Amino acid sequence: MLSKEAIQKIDYELTKYPGNQRQAAVMSALRIVQTERGWLSNESITEVAQYLGMPEIAAMEVATFYNMYDLAPVGKYKISVCTNISCMLRDSDQIVNHLKTKLGVGFNEVTADGKYSLKEGECMGACGGAPLMIVNNHTMHEFLTPEKVDEILDDLQ
Amino acid sequence: MLNIEIDGKALEVENGSSIIDAADKLGIAIPRFCYHPKLSVAANCRMCLVQVENFNKPLPACATPVADGMKIFTRSKSAIEAQKSVMEFLLINHPLDCPICDQGGECDLQDIAVAYGASGTRYTEEKRVVFNKNIGPLVSTDMTRCIQCTRCVRFLQEVGGMMELGMVGRGEHSEITAYVDKSVNSELSGNIIDLCPVGALTSKPFRYSARSWELTRRPSIAPHDGLGSHIEVQIKDNKVMRVLPREKESINECWLSDRDRFSYEGLNSPDRLKVPMIKHNGSWHETDWKTALEFAAGQIKDITNEHGSEALGVLVSPNSTMEEGYLAKQLANGLGCGNVDYRLRQTDFRLDGKRLGTPWMGCNIHDIEELDRILLIGSNLRNEHPLLAQRFRKAVANGAELSIISPLDNNPLMDVAHKVIVRPNDMVNVLGQILKAMSGLQRLSLCLPASLNELLAEIKVRPNAQAIAESLAGHGKDYDLVSPKVGIFLGNMALSDPRFTEMYSMAEAIGGITGAKGGILPAAANSTGMHMIGVMPNSTGMHARAMLEVPRKAYLIVNIEPELDCQHAALAKAAMQKAECVVALTAFKSAALEHADVLLPIAPYTETSGTFMSMEGRVQSFSAVVKPLGECRPAWKVLRVLANTLGLPGFDYETSEQVKEAIFAGEKPSAVVWRSLNNNLKELVEIHVNIKHEGLQRIGEVPQYNADPIVRRSLPLQKTKYNIKPMARMCASQLEALGLMAGDRVLVKQDKGSAILTVMLDPHVAKGCIRVAAAHEDTIGLGDLMGDISVEKLPAAQLNFDKAVITEVPA
Amino acid sequence: MATKTAKSSTTVMTDLKGQTLVCLRTLTEKNPASLASYIKLGGYSALKRLVTEKIKATDVITEVKTSGLRGRGGAGFPTGLKWSFMPRYFDGVKYLVCNTDEGEPGTFKDRDIIRYNPHQLIEGMAIAAYTLGARVGYNYIHGEIWQDYENFEAALHEAKAAGYLGEHLFGTNFSFDLYAVHGYGAYICGEETALIESIEGKKGQPRFKPPFPASYGVFGKPTNVNNTESYASIPWIMQHGGQAFADLGVANSGGTKLFSVSGHVTNPGNYEVKMGTPFTELLAMAGGVWHGRQLKAVIPGGPSTAVLPASVIESATMDYDGLSKARSSLGAGSMIVMDDTTCMVKALHRLSYFFYEESCGQCTPCREGTGWVYRIIDRIVKGQGKMEDLDLLTDVSRNISGRTICALGEAAATPVISFIKHFRAEFEYYIEHGKSMVDSKAEPK
Ligand SMILES: Cc1cc2nc3c(=O)[nH]c(=O)nc-3n(C[C@H](O)[C@H](O)[C@H](O)COP(=O)(O)O)c2cc1C
Ligand code: SF4
Ligand code: FES
Repeated sequence: MLSKEAIQKIDYELTKYPGNQRQAAVMSALRIVQTERGWLSNESITEVAQYLGMPEIAAMEVATFYNMYDLAPVGKYKISVCTNISCMLRDSDQIVNHLKTKLGVGFNEVTADGKYSLKEGECMGACGGAPLMIVNNHTMHEFLTPEKVDEILDDLQ
Repeated sequence: MLNIEIDGKALEVENGSSIIDAADKLGIAIPRFCYHPKLSVAANCRMCLVQVENFNKPLPACATPVADGMKIFTRSKSAIEAQKSVMEFLLINHPLDCPICDQGGECDLQDIAVAYGASGTRYTEEKRVVFNKNIGPLVSTDMTRCIQCTRCVRFLQEVGGMMELGMVGRGEHSEITAYVDKSVNSELSGNIIDLCPVGALTSKPFRYSARSWELTRRPSIAPHDGLGSHIEVQIKDNKVMRVLPREKESINECWLSDRDRFSYEGLNSPDRLKVPMIKHNGSWHETDWKTALEFAAGQIKDITNEHGSEALGVLVSPNSTMEEGYLAKQLANGLGCGNVDYRLRQTDFRLDGKRLGTPWMGCNIHDIEELDRILLIGSNLRNEHPLLAQRFRKAVANGAELSIISPLDNNPLMDVAHKVIVRPNDMVNVLGQILKAMSGLQRLSLCLPASLNELLAEIKVRPNAQAIAESLAGHGKDYDLVSPKVGIFLGNMALSDPRFTEMYSMAEAIGGITGAKGGILPAAANSTGMHMIGVMPNSTGMHARAMLEVPRKAYLIVNIEPELDCQHAALAKAAMQKAECVVALTAFKSAALEHADVLLPIAPYTETSGTFMSMEGRVQSFSAVVKPLGECRPAWKVLRVLANTLGLPGFDYETSEQVKEAIFAGEKPSAVVWRSLNNNLKELVEIHVNIKHEGLQRIGEVPQYNADPIVRRSLPLQKTKYNIKPMARMCASQLEALGLMAGDRVLVKQDKGSAILTVMLDPHVAKGCIRVAAAHEDTIGLGDLMGDISVEKLPAAQLNFDKAVITEVPA
Repeated sequence: MATKTAKSSTTVMTDLKGQTLVCLRTLTEKNPASLASYIKLGGYSALKRLVTEKIKATDVITEVKTSGLRGRGGAGFPTGLKWSFMPRYFDGVKYLVCNTDEGEPGTFKDRDIIRYNPHQLIEGMAIAAYTLGARVGYNYIHGEIWQDYENFEAALHEAKAAGYLGEHLFGTNFSFDLYAVHGYGAYICGEETALIESIEGKKGQPRFKPPFPASYGVFGKPTNVNNTESYASIPWIMQHGGQAFADLGVANSGGTKLFSVSGHVTNPGNYEVKMGTPFTELLAMAGGVWHGRQLKAVIPGGPSTAVLPASVIESATMDYDGLSKARSSLGAGSMIVMDDTTCMVKALHRLSYFFYEESCGQCTPCREGTGWVYRIIDRIVKGQGKMEDLDLLTDVSRNISGRTICALGEAAATPVISFIKHFRAEFEYYIEHGKSMVDSKAEPK
């Protein structure tokens, strides 16, 4: 069951669209539910589809099309590092390697304590701050150095 | 009109045509995969790229509208290069397993690859493999072969009305799939097999049973509903291997319902009766035709001699051919018996003798698409007429407003503008309200006859009836129409309701006021034909219901299983049991025929010739596509020989064509039809509008895959989600009112009969009703399809089974 | 250096030397994103004037045409002309869409507009709405810049509270609602019809055009789509006149342009300069090639534009004609600078992976072709390349290009074709030796 808070947030998103276009809010709705639950299970997708009155498979299409939806459990902190060209030119490799060694996991893996998972991201539209990463989809950290990564990880307790 | 040129050939085409349509007109073949004239244009396969003068890039012929003066080259260097490169791309990830692929020999990809593909491959990387899916008992998948043309997705969404497949993932990882573990439940699902241009979606029942080139193809007519779909029956070694649609734009377009497509599996059922059988001292013995016929004739003769010819009752399936119905009637009449009927699932015969002609759907099938306002009365359309529903869907997609009056709130998979979900009895009152509301609408008030006005004086119009009236009168949700094209149709539930006469009369009155087209949507393949040739009692004869209520000493039954095919199962069973002799012409051995005395094996539609007349009055003849199984004989022949054996004169037909000729008395069939079809009544019949009746009513729907002896034996159809055992289905408030819970066991009773059923919560059922499916062995103890019913909870002590958990209820 | 050290919208370096600020004009203010800062610089005055004086839509469009403003989303389509395609009379809601989905590697200019000058975008959209008769607008924002999305939504509420959005603006009949919506990680949603699908709650698969959004856009209604920078230029144009804007630039390229400079420069960031600024000048503003290294190559407008070797780009000017003369294009102004330690094979490897991952998957050449291209390059990088691969790569890319529904096909093909064309020797070396030509040259990190 969608939580009261989630429904409230989804209802706010629905105000942006004509009343007969509830499906339009699916991107937000999936985001809201994922933020609340950590990832999108099939049940979550079903609930969102039902709440918006759209075919479940259409909600599944959306959930599987956009990178930032997680269809499998991720760590408490999901770290996505951009490795695209602008970041790569500014040594995102070094950041990735640092993270991999420090966390002891590779891309698309979760640390044994379930705390972190690591993802390779595509361009995040902030290449001026390369190299960079986002934590849990919504917090961006730019101009990374291994030292700065350490500081950030220390703050994620 | 626009003037264009394709490959140097000039052509005049309509504004808005696409290049591909224009080329098709000229017979210039442009290769394609994703394009389908009945589906939205996706333009995603890119196979149809052609060169157009003044464009530096090749354009997709399917999605590019023609412009005046356009010069198109489909075989120029740049066009061919583009097409070849697309072909190369399509093949790099496609398995080269044609020899083991069921699509082999009828694969668009294979065919076009031969024309456009290169001999060797430049692709040396690893090929993509896609996890296979299970989407149900009808459609088999091999998703690695999929070329992502999305035809199947678009079909289910646009024609089927429900998005059951989607393309999940992105880019190269995209896959066509149903949601998680769901199956595709559309009653039109088989069409995606035809649509799939490769071997990704194939027929599960047909799988690996034959290669396409080994099959002989014969045309025929679909035998399960009144649409009259054109089919192609494919056979091998005198066996029907599969059934496909034959394109007929005005009837089935290029589609086929799953019932018509997969019912053939019932033809090969082990139940098939191959030799005549006679019951001796309670046990069945095989015999030869001569003995069987002499026995049958002897019994009939003895009984009619002794008790009078009215001691015989003749019941004919409305799925039988006109020839069969005609001869059955002639036979009865020859014996001086007027008890003949095909209306096995009807209970209200008050209109007999009041009609001006043969009732029919009142318009042509494709007219439905053009309607602006539609009123559907007592029809679960998708269950009753799965493919016809699609025409209504098109009308609604074109902006028509659909109103529904029904005891079932099933989703018709199209937008419903207004609906009233009430007990069957109350449907009449709702119609009365609509009629009254209409007379109050200014534009229409003058037309109403005074007699009806009086009748309606007491009725109070409720808002939803008012809304339907306004919609039919032309007031619209979006815009008003002064003269809308209106269609009013009565479905199976109305047809088998005891108050059909009221509903029909009201519908006719509403239709008169609104200038509506419409009529009834008869259930079976030949209902309209049977009516036209009068396979009905004469003025002194008994109708189907009476023949069972007042049991006859002898019955001749043609192509039916009485307790499954009749309105009142318990009565039918008791009548057969009581009769001294039951002569059954049947294609199947059946528990439902255990009270018969002679079984005469007849040929189903694939093994005989004959004629059906569709709900729109189309007379369509077909020939046998295979030889009769075993000793089976066409039913028209059996009836003829039986009549001969009975010593009746005038039965010397050599062929079914001669019977047909007799039916139409040498006239053009369409001329006879033209004279005969008429939904009007001769006179106003006495009707009762306000019936106060508080008891529970049964909604005895016939599930589509239980509708007749053949479909009941098609295993793949029986495995679909539609096939759920009959239960006592009620809405939540009804459950509460009765103190019942889903999973409870109850005793439901009708008249003297009863059945023990599990209770199920079904939010689609009107309050005051219990939905209990018919045409099933679990409910053969029950009575009228639409009638009074009562329910008692069984004590918990008797509960010795798992609580029924219904996770998915097909609409 | 506008934004390098600007990590939040309140502290901004004001060393704006050499820049001409139109879209980022509030950067001179202490709190650039605030409504107060914007109003101080004359913000919302153009909107108010047009609406209250009931200036004719055709007059606005003429002014935009005069300005020489061309779409900043990459294709460079003249904005005034695009606006003239919107049907004037239409029974029902027309929509306005702003494209802030920049996801092409090296592009990050629109982000700075919404975080440093959101009200100028809002005003630009409101002017467009007034001109085109749109009742509702959406700004579709790239999913990964989440904080900026939230800030922009806050700016919308601020504008609404101040009476610049909503019903009956300035006491007139003009009403306009503007909403922020977000992507969630799909580059293809930058393509305008994919973006529209995404707004409708579907996966972002581009639609075949025609019909164009102007006749069949959001929810099937007439819709105008422009890039953030395009809309953000409008208030300035309306305030100062189209001619003044045109005069900032050069022939065929009116106004200023934000260049997102990334890669091997000392100070990456956005630089708003006049159209026609010489490349060398722009590079110098970004502090030149970092670590004093040599310039090797530049992708001038984002990966969908052809890479140019140093020798070619060094004499180019940064405007539509200047870069097309250099056989590349301006694109979205996403200048990716590569120094002489860059391995072009690996750079292309990463780019081809990007297009392979981001293809929406609906049309055959792109879905199949991008995967094929990536796999070949991947094989080369793993030391298993064959010489024939280079021609095959070019050929496969040509077969993608021009045969797809949207321009991602071309975008994917362009880097492959241009990298191999300009740096073939480097590819051949890699294939022959199974390793990069530059690894040995590069000084250890
Ligand atoms: C693959 C692809 C990605 C695109 N990405 C963007 C983008 O991120 N931002 C953008 O404004 N336009 C992008 N475009 C261009 C848009 O389709 C569209 O032309 C533009 O938003 C129109 O605005 P303009 O005329 O103001 O430039 C992209 C196009 C393609 C084919
Ligand atoms: S070119 Fe690529 S991204 Fe564009 S529509 Fe085709 S498959 Fe999708
Ligand atoms: S048939 Fe035209 S693109 Fe597929």
